[in-house]
Amino acid sequence: MFIGAIGCEPLQLARMHVENSRSIDVYRKHGGYEALKKVLETMSPEDVINEVKKSALRGRGGAGFPTGMKWSFVPKDSPKPKYVVCNADESEPGTFKDRYLMERDPHLLIEGMLIAAYALSSKLSFIYTRGEYRYLIDIMNRALAEARAAGFVGDRILNSNFSCEIHTHTGAGAYICGEETALLSSLEGMRGHPRMKPPFPAVSGLYASPTVVNNVETLTAVPDIIKMGGEPYQKLGTEKSGGTKLWSVSGHVNRPGVYELPMGYDDMEKFIMEDCQGIPDGKQLKAVIPGGSSVYIMRADQIIGKDVRMDYEGLVTAGSSVGSGGFIVMDETVDVFESTKNLTEFYKHESCGWCTPCREGTDWLVKVFKRIANGAGRPEDAQLMLDLCDNIEGKSFCPLGDAASWPIQSAIKRFPEDFKKHLAPPEI
Amino acid sequence: MSSQLTQIQPLSQPVDIGDEVATFSPEVEEEIDAHLAKYPVRRSAILPLMFIVQRERGYLDPPGVAYLANRLGLRYTDIWEVATFYSMINTSPVGKYHIQVCRTLSCKIRGAQKVTEHCSHKLGIKPGETTADGRFTLSEVECLGSCGTAPMFQINFDYHEELTPEKIDQILSSLP
Repeated sequence: MFIGAIGCEPLQLARMHVENSRSIDVYRKHGGYEALKKVLETMSPEDVINEVKKSALRGRGGAGFPTGMKWSFVPKDSPKPKYVVCNADESEPGTFKDRYLMERDPHLLIEGMLIAAYALSSKLSFIYTRGEYRYLIDIMNRALAEARAAGFVGDRILNSNFSCEIHTHTGAGAYICGEETALLSSLEGMRGHPRMKPPFPAVSGLYASPTVVNNVETLTAVPDIIKMGGEPYQKLGTEKSGGTKLWSVSGHVNRPGVYELPMGYDDMEKFIMEDCQGIPDGKQLKAVIPGGSSVYIMRADQIIGKDVRMDYEGLVTAGSSVGSGGFIVMDETVDVFESTKNLTEFYKHESCGWCTPCREGTDWLVKVFKRIANGAGRPEDAQLMLDLCDNIEGKSFCPLGDAASWPIQSAIKRFPEDFKKHLAPPEI
Repeated sequence: MSSQLTQIQPLSQPVDIGDEVATFSPEVEEEIDAHLAKYPVRRSAILPLMFIVQRERGYLDPPGVAYLANRLGLRYTDIWEVATFYSMINTSPVGKYHIQVCRTLSCKIRGAQKVTEHCSHKLGIKPGETTADGRFTLSEVECLGSCGTAPMFQINFDYHEELTPEKIDQILSSLP
């Protein structure tokens, strides 16, 4: 598997191939914790937030919300404690970048969290890691112990007035806990049910206190933003999509992997055919899900010869979105009916059961898919599925319902032939 | 987490907690204390503690539920409500080696079904079943974040990636 940068100098992946990259000594030899020093010695919390705003960094977990703006929503005058929570519940099908960031560069995450905690005057932070990533929790715990011993985590960090403790926390197998309010419910020891917004976590999050929840990739971008300055970081990408982005590439490509690309990378066809070294066994490209299972599926002819620019705006123009950057490539052998059935089963399993449209809707959709797969498809089933999606999308409590609907809606619209062949009346 | 209205089924199995409360060695108690010390609110430690109980007792059994309720100052139902939400919390016994084959899209198109079938054939059990000797449980699970190294399975907490039939045979036969 490939791990590296294309079209730019590696930033977040800079130490991926350095021997013993997990250790604090190696991290410091490569400029580690220098950003934290700079922050503590020369910057106010407002300065940090302003740099992050200038960087045009957008949340890398999937929603793409501007990070600096999210931080600025935390009320400064609140007497309550403030929390920084790292969302390492990476569960979006097709996404595996956070895993390698934590596995190979745990101190980068710690440094990013410390800078975020400084900017938000937070004294206690948690890394919420999905339960299956137990080995990463062990790696993070070892890195935290090293950082504590070196005076980077704990009381009066580097003899400043800033104190911050960071702890790891384990999830236990629930996709919904990647949704930030469900994550907070889970971190409080409850079922992972999402909460009503507003109030947003920035105002009332963990233990009803102001909280910022950021993805691993978002937080690990912060040290470089501080080191190089917000504007130079933004200029690596485009005006509204600053910096670089990690793409987790899987499926039918010759070279799957984690690719760091500048935002606005031109273009998707070149990325698949040259950077990822094309489709195995001389097969033809059929479809791409570019941003994790929840985004619209794209047809090959929306990509080939279309100069699809790989950033937030470019992908929306092309008819999909960046999401989490989980880039799933499918060749001509894939039946999009089958692939969509697979994802719908995922959403049905992961629906938390809290709201009716999502719980019942995803269950019903799976029943329809199964009936069709068993040979009892009816021509009107495509419309039935679209109607079901319509009753979930925008009508469920959290975005999981939308995420369950979009793959089906886009698949039926863009690959009608794959559905039609299952829906034809049986031959007599 | 599955639907509760369309499939008529009890919300969860009624469990007689009984009078027994689990006990642990001083080392384990210390480990539990360390988790409790991390959080401003005790209840937050519920998942880490469930994993410890599960590790020590094989699964979250009724005495384990009673222990957690006492330790966290919660009711049995509070513990049970959380336990039944999370797929990694086992409320019934599982095999010594829990083989969890990823079935989601990226693994599916790289041959996840063949991995499941190979394990199934080799162990003589279907997904969801445990071998008679209690050694293996086979499950199909959702995306484990190994999409670039598909197909894969996780045995207990260990990742095994880029699986082939030969590699599966080798992994299974090397387990102690």
